[in-house]
Amino acid sequence: MTEGSLITDVRELSSRASVIDLKGDVTASAEKALADAYTRASGKFTRTIVLNFSGLEYMNSGGIGMLVTLLVRANRQRQRLVAFGLNEHYRQIFELTRLDEAIGIFDTEAEAFAEADAP
Amino acid sequence: MANQPRDAAYWARNVTTLKLGEVPAEAVNLNVTGRRVVGPVQGFGKMWQKTMRVELTGADVTPAEVITTWKNEFQRFWPERNWFYAPLAGIAPGEVALLNLGLPGRMRLSTGVLVLYADDESFTLMTPEGHMLAGWITFSAAAEDGVTVAQIQALERTNDPLYELGYLVGGNRLNSRFWVQTAENLARHFGVDPTVESQVVCVDRHRQWRRAGNLAKNAAVRTFLWTLAAPVRWLRRPRR
Repeated sequence: MTEGSLITDVRELSSRASVIDLKGDVTASAEKALADAYTRASGKFTRTIVLNFSGLEYMNSGGIGMLVTLLVRANRQRQRLVAFGLNEHYRQIFELTRLDEAIGIFDTEAEAFAEADAP
Repeated sequence: MANQPRDAAYWARNVTTLKLGEVPAEAVNLNVTGRRVVGPVQGFGKMWQKTMRVELTGADVTPAEVITTWKNEFQRFWPERNWFYAPLAGIAPGEVALLNLGLPGRMRLSTGVLVLYADDESFTLMTPEGHMLAGWITFSAAAEDGVTVAQIQALERTNDPLYELGYLVGGNRLNSRFWVQTAENLARHFGVDPTVESQVVCVDRHRQWRRAGNLAKNAAVRTFLWTLAAPVRWLRRPRR
């Protein structure tokens, strides 16, 4: 993987929830990769998308903007976004930009999955 | 520091409320200290993404040089009757700037911005409670096919129903025009014909009515009331 790129992987957690694993850089140039991953993660009954940030290596303000547009898409599709795997630095960025008020942040994968799979 | 992400130095530290440093005596210093920052999530109105781009064709200048100039002379490129009081440390992550913005009808609005992010080729400003807009705006420069391209990109909602009404009756167009003029001024500074490409997209048509209470911190109203109270302040001034 070259520096500056984002690799995504989509896993189905259940019929109601999917996980997008993010590895690399989240910047404005990741728009297509994120949008494509979101499309793959959104099944007919998907209600929750879990973002796995444990592979995140770099994020700039353009990347935060990408997450906002994902949020808009989630709201439009009556889905919610939750996240886990943020280190302390990125957790603080989510708090500073107040994205944590719209994207549920969890400490562990298990907690995020439990929340995602809740009815 | 070991294991710090590559972007660690470029972000502002997490703050709960804004704190403004020294400002010039002529500046109206209201609606900044003690305010929280607000992003598009916390705003009221429809969400807009605005992108203004200008190719600096013929200018022998790198993206980093454009951003250095833009940071150092930010006020210079603004349309008249609008003031950006830069922090003493300049446009750097975590710094807070005071704005005095000219509104229609010769009204003024005092508010501010936080420097959310700044690296060699971009910087992003985030707005506080009470500002016309809830969101952030990024100023950047990049090399594309051998030409340096400067870009302004905003992701924003109006902060409350009053501002949204203003946006509906021409404010949106005025705001876009502000940034087009800024990009034009930047291009002229580098000796380039200012042809600005502008794209304004409504990203979310829904208004967030649960945020209507943001009106309580409307900086335009507060600045107006402060202005009206000037005679009272003059009468109450300390006398020798």
